[in-house]
Amino acid sequence: MTFGVIVFPGSNRDHDAAYAVSSVLDQKVEIIWHDSPTLGAVDVVILPGGFAYGDYLRCGAIAKFSPVMKAVKKFAADGGLVLGICNGFQILVEAGLLPGALIRNRGLQFICREVDLRPATTNSPFTCAASKDRVYRVPIAHGEGCYFADERTLDELESEDRVAFRYVDNPNGSLRDIAGVLNRERNVMGMMPHPEDATELLMGSTDGLVVFQSLISAAVRA
Amino acid sequence: MSAAAITPDLIAQHQLTSQEYDKIVSILGREPSYTELGIFSVMWSEHCSYKSSRLHLKKLPTRGKLVVQGPGENAGIIDIGGGYVIAFKIESHNHPSFIEPFQGAATGVGGILRDIFTMGARPIAVMDSLRFGRLDDPETGARNRRILSGVVSGIAHYGNCFGVPTVGGETIFESCYDGNPLVNVFALGVCRKEDVFYAKAAGIGNPVIYVGARTGRDGIHGASMASAEFTEESKQKRPNVQVGDPFLEKLLLEACLEAMHTGAIVGIQDMGAAGLTCSTCEMGSRGSVGIEIELDRVPQRETGMTPYEIMLSESQERMLLVADKGREDEVFRVFRKWGLEAVEIGLVTNDGKLRVKQHGKVVAEIPNRELADEAPLYDRPHTRPMRQAPLIAPALPAADVQKALPALMVSGDLCSKRWIWQQYDYLVRSSTVAGPGSDAAIVRIKETGTSVVMSLDGNGRYCYLSPREGAILAVAESCRNLSTVGARPVAATNCLNFGNPERPEIMAQLVEAIEGMSEACRFFGTPITGGNVSLYNETLGEGIYPTPVIGIVGLMKTAEPAGVAFRNAGRSVILLGGVGACDDTRFGGTQYAKVIAKQIWGLPPALDLEREKRVQEAIREIVNEGLAESAHDLSDGGLAVTLTECSFGPAAIGARIDLSSGLRPEVLLFHEGPSRVLLSTAYPDKVAATAARHGVDAPVVGVTMEREVEIRQNGKLLGKWEVAQLKTLYDLALESHVR
Repeated sequence: MTFGVIVFPGSNRDHDAAYAVSSVLDQKVEIIWHDSPTLGAVDVVILPGGFAYGDYLRCGAIAKFSPVMKAVKKFAADGGLVLGICNGFQILVEAGLLPGALIRNRGLQFICREVDLRPATTNSPFTCAASKDRVYRVPIAHGEGCYFADERTLDELESEDRVAFRYVDNPNGSLRDIAGVLNRERNVMGMMPHPEDATELLMGSTDGLVVFQSLISAAVRA
Repeated sequence: MSAAAITPDLIAQHQLTSQEYDKIVSILGREPSYTELGIFSVMWSEHCSYKSSRLHLKKLPTRGKLVVQGPGENAGIIDIGGGYVIAFKIESHNHPSFIEPFQGAATGVGGILRDIFTMGARPIAVMDSLRFGRLDDPETGARNRRILSGVVSGIAHYGNCFGVPTVGGETIFESCYDGNPLVNVFALGVCRKEDVFYAKAAGIGNPVIYVGARTGRDGIHGASMASAEFTEESKQKRPNVQVGDPFLEKLLLEACLEAMHTGAIVGIQDMGAAGLTCSTCEMGSRGSVGIEIELDRVPQRETGMTPYEIMLSESQERMLLVADKGREDEVFRVFRKWGLEAVEIGLVTNDGKLRVKQHGKVVAEIPNRELADEAPLYDRPHTRPMRQAPLIAPALPAADVQKALPALMVSGDLCSKRWIWQQYDYLVRSSTVAGPGSDAAIVRIKETGTSVVMSLDGNGRYCYLSPREGAILAVAESCRNLSTVGARPVAATNCLNFGNPERPEIMAQLVEAIEGMSEACRFFGTPITGGNVSLYNETLGEGIYPTPVIGIVGLMKTAEPAGVAFRNAGRSVILLGGVGACDDTRFGGTQYAKVIAKQIWGLPPALDLEREKRVQEAIREIVNEGLAESAHDLSDGGLAVTLTECSFGPAAIGARIDLSSGLRPEVLLFHEGPSRVLLSTAYPDKVAATAARHGVDAPVVGVTMEREVEIRQNGKLLGKWEVAQLKTLYDLALESHVR
C-alpha cells in the first residue's frame, strides 16, 4: 500500500507520518511537494501536522490554495482515502472537505500532552480495526484544536455516524468532545490528535497504530 | 560616508573606552568613520568579544576523544558513532527577554536554532533554563508574572512552529531576578559526519550570498544592549529587540540543508548578534581572506537605511554563505523552491579586509582578523566573591515536617512545571523517549539506535554562597541526571550569567565559577565545546546571583527508560549513596532554608567528587542491567521531595520509609547532599551487590505502597501524606502562582 505525505512549507510532522508508515508499518511512502499538480499513484493521502505557511492568518487558510489541494479534492471526490492530522485537519476543514472549524483551545494556550480517545464509530476505513469498548492513548499538540460547528451540523454528524473519535477528558473545549470527523462519503477523516506519534513503545504508546492498521485492512478488503 | 564627527561623547555612547578607541585608530592607521565605529563597537562588545571572560574561558577543558569541533564555531560537535555527529550549544537572551518577553525569548530560540543548522545539523531538541523574579511579590510580582507568561509563550511560539521538540529545562524563582530574568536556550541537532559545515569563507572570487529575511532597522545595537547594565532608560530600548518569524526560519532550515547537499556551498554562517557585520568578518577571519560587499544589493525592508544601520541590524532569520563560483545557480534554485530571497552581495577577496561599499563607494574597510579576533582582552581585577549571606547558621525553630513537605511541594522552584512544558510541543519528530519531568531528556536517533541524553542545571543560590563549589555541584548534578537514566556523559556547553565584570567582587564570582566548572568538567570527562557568557545582568546596580548554567550531553543505547515514578507496590526502596551527612552550615543553601526558614546562609552542600563518580557508575550499571523499576536522583528539596516526586506516577504508588540516622529530622529529610539516587527494585540483593562492587552504600530504606507516603526516623513517625492530595497541590501550584 502506498501512502502519500504532502509537505506544505511549514509542515513539521511530515517526517513523523512518513516514519510511522514506512519504518513502523513497512508500507511505501511518497513525499508530495505542495506545488505538485498531481498526487501520483497513492492509495492514501496524509496531510500532516505543522504550521503550513506559518498559520499566521488562520490555520489552513492559505494552505487550502496550494496547487496540490486541487489534486487532493479530485482524489477525494473519486473516493480516495484522505487523512488530515492536526494542521492537516485544519486544512481539510478550510478546504471544505470536512465540516466545522477549529478554533483556539478553550484555555487559549497551546497544549501538548497525551489524551485518551474513544472511537465513536468503527464504520470507516480509518477506524474499522478499532474497538469502541476501549480507549486509545494518543498525544495532542495544538493551539487551535477546539472543534466548532453549528448545532445542526453537529446533530447531522452524529445522526450520520460521522464522529470518528471523541476525547474521554476534553482538553480543548471541542463541542461534543469531538476529536475527529468523517465526510459524508466516509473516505476523508480529520483528527487533531497525532496517531503517527503513538506507533512504537518508545513513543510512549502504540495506540495510534489503529488508524493506520484500519486503513491497511480496509484496503485489503476493498 | 556619514558626516557625523567622532567625538568623545559618541565614542562613549558606543560603549568604547578611550583606550579601545586608540586601538581602533592604530589598527586602521586613521580615524574610523561613523560606520566603522559602529562595526567596532558591536564586534568589541562584551557579548561578541568576551573581552572580560576570554582570559578565564581558556581554563575550560575543550578537548576529548569524541570532540569533532570545540569552541570557536557556531556550535560544538561531538561524534556519536554510526557515522553521525551532534551539534549543540546554549545561548542567553536575558536582556531582550526583560524588555520584550515574548519576542525576546522567541528570537532567543531562533538564534540558537540557526547556530545549529548553520553547521549542517537538523535541530532535534531544545531545552530552556529560565529564571524569574518572585511571582508573589507585592511590588514586582505582576511584572514577573507577565515576563514568565511572555517568555514561555515566546518559546512555545517559535519552537512549536519551527518543529523542534522542547524536551526539558529548569525554572527557578528568586528575588535577585526581579529586574533581570535569565532566559538560556539550549539546542541540539544531528547530521551525518561528512555533512558538517563550517562558517569559513574560502576561494578568492567566490560569491558571498545573502539569504532569508530582509534587513530592517530592528535590533540595531542588540549586542551592545546586552553588554550594559539596565537602567530606567532600558525600557525605551524595546526597538532594539528583534521580531521573530519561526515559519521563515523553518523554510531557511529546509532550504539551507538542501542547498548544502548540492555541494556548491563553501561556508555558511547565520546572522545573529551584530548581524551582517559579525557574519562577514568572522567568516573572513576564519578563512584568512577578505570579504567585499555592496550594501545596495542587501535586501532591505525599509528605505533610506544608512550603512551603519544595515551593518548593525539584527533582523532575524538571515544567513550568509559563500558558494563555489560558477555553481551559484544550484544554490539559488534551492532557495527559490522554498520561496526565499537569495542575493549575491559580494565576493571573497585576498586582502584579508572587510570592505563595505554603498553606491560603489567604500564606507568601511577594516582588517577582518583584527576586528573579529583581536578584540581587547581584559584581565579585570577580581577580589573575593561578593556574598552578603552570613556564614553561621541562625537558630531555627523546631521543624514541622508534616507541614513543611507540602509547603515545599507547592513552592515555585519545586512545584510541577507542567503549566510551562505543556505549552511546548515536546513530541514532534516522534523521537522523544523521555521529555519534561524526567531527570534527563532522552531523544533517540532513529538512524543509529543511539539516544542522545541531555540535562541543564544551574544553582544560583549555591553559587552565591560559593561560586566555585556551586559550579562544581551543577556539573555533578547534571552528570548525575544523565547517569540516573543510564547514559554516559560525554560533553558539555555552558552559559555564564553574571553581573557587571567591572566590579572586582563580581569578576571574582565569574573567575571562581569558571575554575570550578573547569575542574568538574575535567573530572567527569565532559569537555566544553562551546557556550555563551552573559554579563552585566544588573538592574539599577542590583546584581543577580552568579548563575552559571551547564548543559551536559551524553549517550546511551536506545531503550525504554526506567522513569522517575514508582510503578508497583511492594518493591524495595533503596537510597543509593545513603542518607549522607550535612552540618548546619551546609544546610543554608537548601530549598528548606529558602522556603521554610526564609533565609539563606552558610555554604552549599559538600561534594566528594570521587564518591559522586562511584555513585554514578553504580546507578548507570543498575539501570542498564534493568534492575531498577524507577530511579530519581536527589537534588533540590532533598530526600523527602524526591520521594514524593517518585510517587506522582500514573499509578500513584507511594512508599513507607524508615531512616536510621541521628540527624535532626528537617536536615535528614531536606538536606541537599549530592551523590544520591532513590530507586525502587524487585531485586534488592542484586542492586546491593552492584552498589557494593562500586563501594557505594545502598541501604533499603523502605517499601513502595499504594496511595500514601509515610516517613519515619528510627521507627518514629515524622509525617504521612495522601499521594493524591500532594499531587493535586503540586500540579496546580504554578498555575495559581501565575494567575
